Order: sequence, then C-alpha cells, then structure tokens
Amino acid sequence: MEMGFRWDFAYEILPQMLWATLNTIIAAGVGYAIALVVGLFFLLGQRTPSKIVNVINRELVEFIRSTPLLIQLFFVYFVLPQFGIKLSAWLCGMITIGLHFGTYLSEVYRGALEGVSKTQWEACRALNFSTVYTYRRIVLPQAFPIAIPGMGNYLVGIFKDTPLLSTIGVAELFHAATAVGGYNYRYLEPYTMVGIIFLTLSIPAAMWVRNLEKRVNVAQGKIK
Amino acid sequence: MSYFAFLAEHGPTLLLGTVTTIKVLVCSTILYVIISMIFGLMRLSKNPIIQGIATVYIEFFRGTSLLVQLFWVYYVLPFFGLSLEAFVAGVVALGMNFGAYGAEIVRAGILAVPKGQWEAAHALNFSPAKRIKRIIIPQIFPIILPPAANLTVELLKATALVALVTVVDLTFEAKQINSITWLSAQCFGTALLIYYIMARFALVPFLRWLEVVAARKVGR
Repeated sequence: MEMGFRWDFAYEILPQMLWATLNTIIAAGVGYAIALVVGLFFLLGQRTPSKIVNVINRELVEFIRSTPLLIQLFFVYFVLPQFGIKLSAWLCGMITIGLHFGTYLSEVYRGALEGVSKTQWEACRALNFSTVYTYRRIVLPQAFPIAIPGMGNYLVGIFKDTPLLSTIGVAELFHAATAVGGYNYRYLEPYTMVGIIFLTLSIPAAMWVRNLEKRVNVAQGKIK
Repeated sequence: MSYFAFLAEHGPTLLLGTVTTIKVLVCSTILYVIISMIFGLMRLSKNPIIQGIATVYIEFFRGTSLLVQLFWVYYVLPFFGLSLEAFVAGVVALGMNFGAYGAEIVRAGILAVPKGQWEAAHALNFSPAKRIKRIIIPQIFPIILPPAANLTVELLKATALVALVTVVDLTFEAKQINSITWLSAQCFGTALLIYYIMARFALVPFLRWLEVVAARKVGR
C-alpha cells in the first residue's frame, strides 16, 4: 500500500465528501433549532411556581447533562422501537441532540435572564408595565446579548458533535468518510479531509459568533 | 427476563467496563491537566513563535470534532508508522482535545490574578520562573477549578467515545450486550445510570471538595 497523502485519491473523493458536508450542516442546523425550543421548555419548567415541576425539571436536566450523548443516541435509537415507536436514524439523532443541548441552552437562557438587573423589574413594576410588556420591551432585549455567546458556542458545539450521528447510521460527513475509507481501505485522506472541512467551517463560525457578540453589544450601547 | 436477572447476568461485565472507563478518565485527566498548564502558559508568552504554536494548537483541537481526532489518532497515525494501542490512542486524543479547552481556562485564570501580585513579585526580585511557580500558579487554582470541574465532567462523558476505537469500556460493553441480547432498554439504561452516578455522586463531589481545599489554601 502506498504511504503518504495521495492527492489524486483526495481529489477523487472530494465531491462525495462535500455532499456529505451538506448533510452535516443540515443535521447541525435542525438539531440546533430543536435544541433552542427544547431549551425554552426546560426554562419554563425551571421558572414555574410549582415546586414539584421545578425538582423534576432540575433532576431531568442534571441527568441528561451528566450522561454521554453517545449512549443517549443508542438509547433512543434502540429502545424506542421496542415500544413500537419506529423512527428513522435521522429523526432519532435530531431528537437526541435537541434534548441534550436543550438542557445546556436552558442554562444559557437562565443565566441571561438572571443577568438582567433586578432594578429593571422594579422599575417596570413602578411604571405599571404588564408582565408581557416587561419581558418583550425591557427584559428580553437586555437578556439577549448576554445569551449570544453561549448560544453561539453551543451551535458550534452541536456542529462538532454531529459525527456521533454516524454511529447510528446517519449519512453525514464522518459516516461518508468511514464508508469511503472502508471501501478503498485508505483512511488517511478521508479522515484528514473531514478534519480540514470541520476546521474551515467551525473557525469562521466561531469568529462570526464573536463578531455578532460585539455588534449586539454596540447596538445595545454597552460599548462603542 | 426481569431487570434483576439482567443485572445478575450482565452486571459484572458492565462493572468491568466501568473500571476501564475510570482508568481512561484518570489517565486522560492527568494528560489534559499537564497540556492545559503548558499551553495556557505558552499562550501568554511574549515570544510570538511560542504564542503562535499555542494558538494554532488550541484553535485546531477546539475547531475539529473529538471523534474525528480520535479516529485520526487511531486509524491514520499507523499510516505514518505510529501504531498506538486503542487505550493509548483514546487517552491521547482525549487528553489533547481537552487540553486545548483547559489551556484557555488556565490562560483566563492567570489573567485573573491581580496585577499587584505580579508587580509585588517583581519588586521582590523573584525570577520569572519563580514568580510563576510560587506566586501565580498557587493563586489560580481557586479561579480555574470551577470551570475545570465542568470540563472534567464533560471529559467523563467524552470517554464514551473511546468505545468506538475498540477500547472495552462501559459503552463498549453496553453495545456488546445489546447486540447479543437485544435488551436495549436494560443495557443502555444501566449504562446511562452508571455514568450518571459516577458524575453526580463521585466526580462532582470530589471536584467540589478540591475547590473548597484550594479556596482555603489561599485563605478564602
């Protein structure tokens, strides 16, 4: 077998890898969208006045956060069919990623809401604003910039965790690389290309998040 | 098959896997702490080459997926004549990946030490090495331990990935039992519980205890 990096082979498999990259981006985007919404539900569970709901919510979040995403994937993928729920690998993957990262995002939301000074609430109360109006016009606009870095980081985080989906057979980038590698019995080029593709996507994404953070802060008048 | 019968039959296997998981965790924690310290300090170096190397290292390992790095170490390094045993490959990949995240924590921790401490050490004519070793490092522990604790819990979760490069850990055993018995709920559920117990009732209390000790050491 030829040693060293074979450029012709890399060039040959490039179109296949790029197509699979598209799947990875879709998976990350959909997973993130679900996580954003799930995070809101966990936040609601945390802020409801009912003590029982609070406790259940907290324990559930704690459990999901302290167990590996990989086994959660296996659990959803293998256990749901035993209860008669047959979902595609894609759907299982999206649900699991959404649940897993939703717990993290709920913490981001919580931190952002708590980051808004208490006096703001008191001022709104004094001005006789309704709760909805207070949230919409006063609290959320101030909480959002605090949440941006965390939300952006988890977008990049989800993107970097999408290769795990290959273990349950979702045809994303890493899955394609393993398939190509197995077929040609050469793993050097496929895996190296996966690494490079990840770098070329996640570094600009991280820079974009940093930039966005700065822009929102400027728009909020926090820094000039 | 009742759950207790399942535990009686497969529990010991899962516990054996758990021991391997703990071994992976301990080894990769040691490696990542060392790497974090080295690259965290390098990141703050005034020498642009040293700083550049650290920046490239950190950006590279934070920019790519851990699974990709793991497979690269295990399947691609042999192409360059470096074959690592699965366990070693797993520990190396985990340690290097988390070292990059840890280096950023160390860097932030060093920057958070009040400037007066540097100046005082300078005024007392401490050498740069002694300044770092005797004055700065002891003070960064209370600052870096809380984020480092989070990172270590993430590391425990990430150890599950080494199963994919054939390290026979808890995840690997759970998968194995699943493929023999098809009792997915039992075996993956038990694995999830074991990870949860390890994180919540062993690792986190231990790290909290370390935080308290570190805070007491600097008189807080």
